[in-house]
Amino acid sequence: MNPEPSPPPGETAHVVRVSGVTKVFRLGKMEVQALKGIDLRIARGEYLSIMGPSGSGKSTLFNMIGGLDKPTSGKVFIDEVDIAQLDAYELAWLRCRKIGYIFQTFNIIPVMTALENVTLPMIFAGMNSDAAVQKGLRLLEQVGLGDRHSHKPSELSGGQQQRVAIARALANDPAIILADEPTGNLDLTTGEEIIQLLKRLSAERRVTVISATHDFKMLNVSDRVVWIRDGRIDRIEDREQLSITIGRIGTRT
Amino acid sequence: MATQTWSAVPGNRRRVGRQVVLPFGKSVEIAYKSLRVRFFRSLITTLSLVLAVSFFSYNAVGNDIADGLLASGRPEIRQRLIRAGYDIQGDALRVERGGKQRWILVLSLLVCTVGILNAQLMAVTERFREIGTMKCLGALDRFVLRLFLLEAAMMGFVGSAAGAVIGALFALAAGVLRFGTAALACLPFAETALSLLSAAGIGLALSLLGVLYPAWVAARMLPVEAMRVET
Repeated sequence: MNPEPSPPPGETAHVVRVSGVTKVFRLGKMEVQALKGIDLRIARGEYLSIMGPSGSGKSTLFNMIGGLDKPTSGKVFIDEVDIAQLDAYELAWLRCRKIGYIFQTFNIIPVMTALENVTLPMIFAGMNSDAAVQKGLRLLEQVGLGDRHSHKPSELSGGQQQRVAIARALANDPAIILADEPTGNLDLTTGEEIIQLLKRLSAERRVTVISATHDFKMLNVSDRVVWIRDGRIDRIEDREQLSITIGRIGTRT
Repeated sequence: MATQTWSAVPGNRRRVGRQVVLPFGKSVEIAYKSLRVRFFRSLITTLSLVLAVSFFSYNAVGNDIADGLLASGRPEIRQRLIRAGYDIQGDALRVERGGKQRWILVLSLLVCTVGILNAQLMAVTERFREIGTMKCLGALDRFVLRLFLLEAAMMGFVGSAAGAVIGALFALAAGVLRFGTAALACLPFAETALSLLSAAGIGLALSLLGVLYPAWVAARMLPVEAMRVET
């Protein structure tokens, strides 16, 4: 149902390209090097997990990819556009149309119903109200909340709120979904359901899913896992390698 | 929609800018809903405005009533007005608006504005995550600014209208108690209406003035705030 953008012949299919990115935070007189030179290419439709202990620079890298933070040096390209060059309008446009965000704390806007939450990005994108409502209902149905569209976040469980967030992230058919610890506030089974849902939707729609996580359940569905340690990429593992090492994954962070 | 291509060439800037929109009607709807959901909180914020505006309106309408009575030209009423504490010079047909009275009014309005500023700053802090999320969904700074201004305008409108009417009703009641029905009979309608309007107008203006800084803080918030885990 979703028109799939087939990349023109000859074009690289990298939806995200991170090149030589460093980030220095200044805390008073101290300088903290959160990222010490990251190079990464992410293909369209890939399901990528960024793994690493807290303080490893994982979140910093994640924020860079999402255009939420700017690198000290190096460049981040989304669809081959350097996002450091974008002005406020273009960044808003990028967040609205190109990227769908999913948060650890769900971040459903509390004053709005599930449906209103899902339609909001479509309103921002200039879609008319009726079309947005139609599409919003369809998206909620796809995440299994067809009958709960008029509920407020306070009337929904954590898992249901995260489903609303997923529907909202998909509202404008983004190229990328950025999920920041999407299962961090959920119990095991609900977390598993959310992971499966993300995996299914990313396969159906060929959306690139990038998640920062330390949930090992995420590894089974990831095409690639990027391990970050001390602001550098420790290693990148493909699915095949993962299944070999999976026995000892639980023992390392 | 997924097939859209884009580029950062300068010529595209204007076009891209117009592609992120929040229609005015929708802004009003969102602002209204967010007031309704936080009804109690909005009510308290509005209450300080109601009090200040009704105080203003009470004074203004009280003066109007006294003017009306003076204009009726009955000497015994003039004596009673002077005994009631109104400042009447010689044989003037208007009550003097004393400097002291004016100061108290200005002060009450000032206190009210600071109260609104305080309440709105709290509201912005409470809604950091909500604002950050909206920005992650593509909201521009001015959408956030507009939402806060609209909320303040709605509260200001309702609060100052209510305040103006309440103040006027108290002034009329006080007038009737002190001077009998003559207070109503001699009431200059045009002046009273003008007093009500100016009270409401000042209230609305103060409400907007009080939200300006908090709304600016909210609008400039970074979207990354939405990621903060601690609540």
